[in-house]
Amino acid sequence: MEYEAVIGLETHVQLKTQSKMWCGCANAFGAPPNTNVCPVCLGLPGVLPVANDEALRLTVLGGLLLNCRIPSFAKFDRKNYFYPDVSKNYQITQYDRPSTTEGHLDFEFEGAIRRVRITRAHLEEDVGKSFHFERTSGIDFNRAGVPLLEIVSEPDLASADMAYAYLNALKDVLVYGGVSDCDMEKGMVRCDVNVSVRPRGAADLGAKIEIKNMNSFSGVRRALAYEIPRQIAVLERGGMLVQSTRRWDDAAGITEEMRTKEDAHDYRYFPDPDLMAFEPTESWLDEVRGRVVELPLARKQRFMRDYQLPAADAQTFVDDVALGAYFEGVAGQTRNPKAIANWVINNLRAHLAESQTTLADLRFRPAHLIELVELIDSGRISSRIAQDVFAEFFATGESPAAIVQRKGLSQVSDAGALEALCDEAIAANPGPVADYRAGKSAALNFIKGQVMRLSKGKANPAMAGEILERKLGGNRSGTRA
Amino acid sequence: MSAPHIDIHRIAGLARLELSPDEESRLGAELSNVLDYIKLLEEVDVRAVEPMAHAVPHSNVVRADAVRPSLSHADALSQAPSQSNGLFIVPRIVE
Repeated sequence: MEYEAVIGLETHVQLKTQSKMWCGCANAFGAPPNTNVCPVCLGLPGVLPVANDEALRLTVLGGLLLNCRIPSFAKFDRKNYFYPDVSKNYQITQYDRPSTTEGHLDFEFEGAIRRVRITRAHLEEDVGKSFHFERTSGIDFNRAGVPLLEIVSEPDLASADMAYAYLNALKDVLVYGGVSDCDMEKGMVRCDVNVSVRPRGAADLGAKIEIKNMNSFSGVRRALAYEIPRQIAVLERGGMLVQSTRRWDDAAGITEEMRTKEDAHDYRYFPDPDLMAFEPTESWLDEVRGRVVELPLARKQRFMRDYQLPAADAQTFVDDVALGAYFEGVAGQTRNPKAIANWVINNLRAHLAESQTTLADLRFRPAHLIELVELIDSGRISSRIAQDVFAEFFATGESPAAIVQRKGLSQVSDAGALEALCDEAIAANPGPVADYRAGKSAALNFIKGQVMRLSKGKANPAMAGEILERKLGGNRSGTRA
Repeated sequence: MSAPHIDIHRIAGLARLELSPDEESRLGAELSNVLDYIKLLEEVDVRAVEPMAHAVPHSNVVRADAVRPSLSHADALSQAPSQSNGLFIVPRIVE
């Protein structure tokens, strides 16, 4: 029997705020343990949490970017459980009235646009971080109370690779929108995976297995690549799967059971009496809507459509937003955006990296890049020379035309001058000439290279090739190789 | 109206409370009485009333996203039963 996997993800991302969700402690990674803490986030008795308005905005912004509906009423609830990293013995979350619901995320996977429905994206607080020692555990509450957006997907994912693609697309959207930095090295993204298998095409879902606390996308992919065949193997052996929670052991590359449904948590959610409901007003919503940006996939498709860029180039401008914005500023003024894209991606990026500067430090104007492309397109300079011209104006800001003029870099398209250069190259390279005449057509490229060298790169390569072929071809006896 | 059943043993477990059999029967009876009392509300017709999340008619209580000074490290850990390397030390967590 053939089986299929059904996967849903619960993804937690830390919101990009200055301060924590309920108090003014810094939302900052890397501080010494328990230095960004106060009575509120330590959960000491008698404190009153007050909601961070930017976290509420980022939550709704995240929802809008994921095409969610924004209900007119949201509230906060207590999720009750005992664990040392939750000092209040409850985590504040949104249970039945979340800030955003019913959205979707479109992303590219295996050459097609796929859609995963988003059940909800709600706001909750992060908990402390535990460190485990031989006989004790240690808790750092710096992370406790950091605002988290939990994005719950419908079980619309069908493979480990698809889950991986979804997570990357989700991250791109949230980073793009300024909702979260999603820096996995800093633990800003965590993921719970729900996965079941069933006979292909069956209507009913199999027993749901949850893999908790994944902190890398590649980990999610590896865990699913292990877990899906494991579940199928159990069924094929005639075994039964029961709803349970498993832990991914990254070092061993396996999942192992933590608990089954029988001892599942009973969280006893109830409205947090310390916190008032939030009812977004129309003007507040308008302000958040004003922060909605073009999504990565839409941007990629637009770059491909409007500038006729290949997918890889468009993706480069999606991945590097600033570079894409720079390209757009230049591309709007040129007839040859494709060439501009090549210069920006191949040359500008390399020069910026090499000189350790940024777009803000550029010495030349967009007009220079346009002029350079026009010099090439009109045949005034060869693309080989253009590389030098680019390096020159990148360093000095001088205009390409002025550089070409001053250094005498104009392409040699004068037939007489080229003939002389070709004669010189033929005379100096009897071996390759003989090879060519003997039928090794590749030898022509070598001789052409010598012409380019003699001309210091200024010879019009197409014309030089024609002249060489005519000069040598007349004496050719052999057939073309 | 039947008396609501209370599984006092389970509730005590959820609250991490260890109750003696005497306490279980006494508290079980008391909590059942509380629930009976609350059950009086079932006599009120609330079909047309929106459930409310809070008794105080307030909403949108927020603060600006600004960092304020935290506790000093020493103050933060002053109530810790045990500490090491700046961490609150607790019995080893095994799940």
